[in-house]
Amino acid sequence: MRRVAIAGLVLLVLSASVIAGCGGSSESSSGSADLTLWTGFTDRELGVMKDVIADFEKTHPDIHVKVVGGISDDKIVAAIRGGNAPDVAHSFDAGAYTGAYCSNGAWIDLADYMKQDGLSDDVFPEVPRQYSQFEGTRCALPMLADVYGLYYNKDLLAKAGIDSPPQTVSQLMDDAKKLTERNPDGSLKVVGLDPFDGFYENVAAHWAPQWGVDWVDESGKSNLAAQPGWADMLRWQKELIDWYGYDNLVRWQASAGDEFSAQNAFERGKLAMNLDGEWRVAFVQSEHPELNFGTAPLPVDDAQPDLYGSGYTSGSIIGIPKTSGHKDEAWQLLKYLATDTGALVKMTNGIRNVPTTTDALESPDVKPDGAFNIFLDIFGNPNTRTTPITLVGSANQDLVDAFVTKYQAGKVDDLEGGLADLDQQIDAQLEAAGGAQVP
Amino acid sequence: MSRAAEAKPLPAARSLDRSSARRRAAWRRRGQVLAFMSPWLLGFTIFFGYPLVMTAYYSFTHYDLLSPPKWVGLANYKYLFTGDQRIWPAVSNTLWIIAVAVPLNAIFAFGVALMLSRARRGIGFFRTVFYLPALVPPVAATLGFVYLLNPGTGPVNNLLRHLGLPDPLWFDSPTWSKPSLVLLGLWGVGNLMIIFLAAVIDVPRHLYESAELDGAGAWQSMRWVTLPTISPVILFAVVIGVIEGLQYFTQAYVASTIAAGSAASATEGANSLGYPLDSTLFYPVLLYQQGFRYFNMGYASAMAMLLLAVAFAVTVIIVRNSRRWVHYQAPAIR
Repeated sequence: MRRVAIAGLVLLVLSASVIAGCGGSSESSSGSADLTLWTGFTDRELGVMKDVIADFEKTHPDIHVKVVGGISDDKIVAAIRGGNAPDVAHSFDAGAYTGAYCSNGAWIDLADYMKQDGLSDDVFPEVPRQYSQFEGTRCALPMLADVYGLYYNKDLLAKAGIDSPPQTVSQLMDDAKKLTERNPDGSLKVVGLDPFDGFYENVAAHWAPQWGVDWVDESGKSNLAAQPGWADMLRWQKELIDWYGYDNLVRWQASAGDEFSAQNAFERGKLAMNLDGEWRVAFVQSEHPELNFGTAPLPVDDAQPDLYGSGYTSGSIIGIPKTSGHKDEAWQLLKYLATDTGALVKMTNGIRNVPTTTDALESPDVKPDGAFNIFLDIFGNPNTRTTPITLVGSANQDLVDAFVTKYQAGKVDDLEGGLADLDQQIDAQLEAAGGAQVP
Repeated sequence: MSRAAEAKPLPAARSLDRSSARRRAAWRRRGQVLAFMSPWLLGFTIFFGYPLVMTAYYSFTHYDLLSPPKWVGLANYKYLFTGDQRIWPAVSNTLWIIAVAVPLNAIFAFGVALMLSRARRGIGFFRTVFYLPALVPPVAATLGFVYLLNPGTGPVNNLLRHLGLPDPLWFDSPTWSKPSLVLLGLWGVGNLMIIFLAAVIDVPRHLYESAELDGAGAWQSMRWVTLPTISPVILFAVVIGVIEGLQYFTQAYVASTIAAGSAASATEGANSLGYPLDSTLFYPVLLYQQGFRYFNMGYASAMAMLLLAVAFAVTVIIVRNSRRWVHYQAPAIR
């Protein structure tokens, strides 16, 4: 009898503390708070973000937000472990990190907040809706997306007698060769297009949609060797690299200038065409307004012309680390940044990233810009793809890129065999880390 | 009876008393020793013992840093020895840097020390010049070398081209990336050089004099006098060099990410580790990638345990083997 009474008492205390815990977080929902937001943006882009935050503070006078820029995901992970993470965190790479944040509660599950505010994830288009959750847990909301396409230097194309951007990869190869200029000693002066894996935005993930290939089969196993598109893509890239001469290209790249600086080779006219993200439109306009450039979807496999118009997309996500002491206020900020049409439009117009709600995408306030609108079209194309989410960050993509760089350097004799081997390697790595890829 | 015993203690009891006093004193001494040692003991337990035990434990778990570790038995070790295809490039790169950099560093440091010990003028100046690079932080030194050795715009290749010599791709070439790192290591060899210099200066003069009387030339007196006398320092250089080689990380990490051009973006960079073509993928670089980029801390811990075992085994082998060639001077006769 006494034991039952003690057990009852313990239960009572426990449930009381649980209730108190719940009450603690909900009772501060209209209280004031100082929030910290960590973002990967720097410089000009960070300025735009701060502007939007200032708007938020005007409508939420009790909440003050401190914005810290230039934060990468390993810092966010370390801070969550150390218990000093911000109230809201922003990650650039949903493909690599959604799994890590959602699978274990590192970022809190947002389901209750969404239910409480009557917010459905239907406000997000299909692709961002997918890459901001992991196996049914929505721990993040999408905030802006990146979309990849082709940038071309109109003056250089006109000089080479090319009147419109290429639409198939064989046209792309021909044009790249026509646009290339060499110095008297044979070294490269202007490069037509550089598909070298690891150069600027050139990685396997960003090119693969142009051959219509996927990363995994239905069971989540790596599926590269079984789709001939992968080998076709790599052969195409290697043919162009060999035409330049591998060493010539490496030497040229070493002097090409930093990607995210005014020294960028495309912005300086040293690179006639380039695979790049939608953000480059704003970079060019701010760093080299004199550059006469155009944008287009990336050319596609000659055998699949109907893929033209599609591309690769990946997004930024924001969420609330579990260590936040002001989760309710953080949710207010999260909701504002991810779903407020005015906020998204302001960021889209300032940073020139793609907005991630249907309303913002269709908003008449998005500043029209020929070069930028192409990316909105690519984003809306049904064949546009993203990469599978894993529990091991970008391990799957890194293994593929490591293989591609070897192949491009001529160190792989049997491409098909190498891809089959790579499939096994990726599956083994994911198994060792305790999880498969989620397509 | 008992009162009598109390009033007049027997000699046996007195000696008992004395011995217990001695014991108390001994305990007090031990306590004092312990108190004096406690900062070190605490530091050892907190910063070495605890992490070591936890690493050993994590190596048997799946641990993503964010959720509690999950026991997986030997799965990490199985993947380490049979599944992970990147282990072999990482191990062979590490062996390469040990086999090449350790002897070169030792020879170069010894050579410079020998020259400095003979210099007649400006000794202070030259010592400073050769020692100074050791004070440059490794990240800054690596950034400097990547700039100097830039294949397109770097001053070294400009000079080589001007002289009509071949201009390698340095950090951008899988053949030259490790030799470039070795050059960087040689430039910063100052610490080792100072130790060698002290040892060389410390070789007793009279040994050279008797060697000279016996008709030994410069080479012979170096071979039979200098080298045996400084052999403990050579042993030190080899052991420290091998352990540093096993842990080679910072320079490789910085050089590969900068040369690959991915330093500017905040999120990417994981795939530039080992650039170019995994030629700078050293064992600790792979360990870092698994642990901190892929949240595969259990596996990274297993890699760390293997590294510890190898470092320990190699050190034991070198020290055992050294008995054949290291000579310790007899203590000076007073």
